[in-house]
Amino acid sequence: MLNWLSQVAAVTWLNLRTIGQRRGASLAAVVGVAGVVAVFVTVLSIAEGFRRTMTTGASPDTAIVLRSGTDSEMMSGIVRDQARIIAEAPGVRRAAAGPVASSELYVVVDVPKRSTGTDANVPLRGVQPAAFDVRDRIRIVQGRRFEPGRNEVIVGKAAAAEFAGLDLGSRLHWGENQWTVVGIFAADGGLAESEIWCDVGVLQPAYRRGNTFQSVYAKLESPAAFDRFKDALTTDPRLDVKVLRESDYYAEQSRTLYAIITGLGTTIAILMGVGAVFGALNTMYTAVASRMREIATLRALGFNTGPVVISVLAESLALALIGGAAGAAIAYLAFNGYQAATMNWSSFSQVAFAFAVTPRLLVQGIVYALLMGLVGGLFPAIRAARLPVATALREL
Amino acid sequence: MKFFPLVWSNLKRKKLRTAFTLLSIVFAFILFGYLVAIRTAFTAGIEVSGADRMMVTHKVSIIQPLPFSYRDRIAQVPGVKTVSFMNWFGGIYQDPKNFFGQMSVDTGTFLDLYPEYVLSPEQKKAWLADRQGAIVGRVTAQRFGWKIGDKIPIQATIYRHPGGSNLWTFNLSGIYDGVQKATDTSNFYFHYDYLNEGTGGKLGIVGWYIIKIADPARSGDVAKRVDALFANSPAETKTQTEKAMAQSFANQVGSIGTIITAILAAVFFTLLLVAGNTMAQSVRERTGELAVLKTLGFSRGQVLGLVLAESCLLALLGGGLGIAVAWGLITALGDPTHGQLPVFYFPGPYITLGAVLAVLLGLVTGALPAVQAMRLRIVDALRRV
Repeated sequence: MLNWLSQVAAVTWLNLRTIGQRRGASLAAVVGVAGVVAVFVTVLSIAEGFRRTMTTGASPDTAIVLRSGTDSEMMSGIVRDQARIIAEAPGVRRAAAGPVASSELYVVVDVPKRSTGTDANVPLRGVQPAAFDVRDRIRIVQGRRFEPGRNEVIVGKAAAAEFAGLDLGSRLHWGENQWTVVGIFAADGGLAESEIWCDVGVLQPAYRRGNTFQSVYAKLESPAAFDRFKDALTTDPRLDVKVLRESDYYAEQSRTLYAIITGLGTTIAILMGVGAVFGALNTMYTAVASRMREIATLRALGFNTGPVVISVLAESLALALIGGAAGAAIAYLAFNGYQAATMNWSSFSQVAFAFAVTPRLLVQGIVYALLMGLVGGLFPAIRAARLPVATALREL
Repeated sequence: MKFFPLVWSNLKRKKLRTAFTLLSIVFAFILFGYLVAIRTAFTAGIEVSGADRMMVTHKVSIIQPLPFSYRDRIAQVPGVKTVSFMNWFGGIYQDPKNFFGQMSVDTGTFLDLYPEYVLSPEQKKAWLADRQGAIVGRVTAQRFGWKIGDKIPIQATIYRHPGGSNLWTFNLSGIYDGVQKATDTSNFYFHYDYLNEGTGGKLGIVGWYIIKIADPARSGDVAKRVDALFANSPAETKTQTEKAMAQSFANQVGSIGTIITAILAAVFFTLLLVAGNTMAQSVRERTGELAVLKTLGFSRGQVLGLVLAESCLLALLGGGLGIAVAWGLITALGDPTHGQLPVFYFPGPYITLGAVLAVLLGLVTGALPAVQAMRLRIVDALRRV
């Protein structure tokens, strides 16, 4: 056994040390694998970043109430009396100022994108004062909060960066109303950073919504209080609503786009991967061919086929590992945190998000590289092992 | 052409290596086919938009409705030929995942305004005669297996009947086709009158107006005149060409085109290195033979041509095969996202681009070894053997 291991070590070391002599072919294989891994990791980081933005800050102890039969705030409608019943329902956390619940209006306004100058749908959310307690991650980073009753808005950090004219102090004209940006807020990178907020009491008349809202966000006493809260509302004959955990609601909204990007990205990566494996196969066949005499000599000296197979595989895996690590590093350095915006079809509005190259994606990329190395090395390794000693020694 | 057998037998010399190189090129071009189809799916709306159509939306956002009374006022603007309107319905067919666009339209003007929708005369007649009638595009009809005469139940999310129920039933009067492959045939259109009646008859609003203009070159003037009509009113308008609207919508989805082009470039660069290296190697191994050819009287140009012919042949074979397979897969399997993309096909003109890329690949990968072969001095080469 020890002898076998030392054989493996000797042949593998010989192979790895001589990679330098086959620099061109080895480099081609490394670049091929690196390209595949870089694209694979980057595309998946788009999906990951989008999902992270959609779900950060959506907590299981916050409930969102919509009219039944709708699946987004945009389509929903709740009148004032119903909103009051919902806020007073059992399970809602209470503070000195009353229940920690906010009845809200959700509309979109056209704001030009900085990058293209074309109009985009930016969400404008009217909230009640308790909204800042319901979503406890909101922090004002510049300026101040809007004052109730005034035409003032605060803008999410991501929206201010992505769209033009939303800087602190800007004046905005939407319809007959003029608004002033009095603050910029952060929300730990969550979805709220793509939104503009104002006092719902000002938004209702501006949008002729009378006394209606579209959703109620309620902070619960605990995540476990959700069922009690939900049962109370759905059995109340005065209401016709559906109740969701905020975390489920946003996870559902991100599901479609996540599935599309992940599906397309994986398809692209598999096709590219197959192409790169053929490149790796060529490299390894060449490596074996150029060493036919050495391999035959070792076999004639009494080396087993096992160590020969392992040594070829080790070389191929080493090249793949270098390629995979390089590809993952490129993806991380070039795209981690890359800012982009897209349409969230469920709410018909823009979501600004950052590509997220997570450690899990890096590991996946390197595992994929090793898989390519394994396939690319296996067949050449078998050929090396099967080489008839006499024929090989006669070559050249 | 007489050297073809020589080029061919050079390719056959190491069958395995040639096969692997060929296959990596084939896979790259399959990928090319898919990327082109995806890109087209995202931009088709801009390319096929009607040049003589403009959209009038609420200035603040398209989700804000416009008064019904605007129709007659817009119609009087000089340069406007026809005014039509639509309203987004946004209902759910069985499950929210089965999303497709549903619009109530002005049936009197709709089909004249959208000549790209092809509907047979009988179906058109049936649709106009039935207030509850609806027409749907081929893609959506196939997706759900609908036939003419079917009753389609849709749960409304916005518009409820006065009694509170949100179930709307439509009779499928017709299935339209697109005049081009790039025409989006996923939408469902029904009578605005049915929507108005079903909500109590006092709707009074529409989602947006579509106007047909006499002269596309004067769209800027028309837009100014229309918007001036409603300036300083509670519902100000924004008028723009359908193309501008489609463009800003595509921009909202994101820079998909840029990202995909970047991926394409990455793929081709990678492929170039992998395939080019193999080709260069196979020429290096034949230094002796090339010297013999030169001894036999082959000119420098002929040697250059031989090597380039070999690399181009390989690239074209791989490229052609790859595009053919991609075309076959796209046609046979269709949209990989199952209906999330409005159109999905391989656009013909891109075959030329594919061929150009294949020739470029052949030239670039063959160039270095070919030049080396051309410059080869017979004495040096023969001495090396």
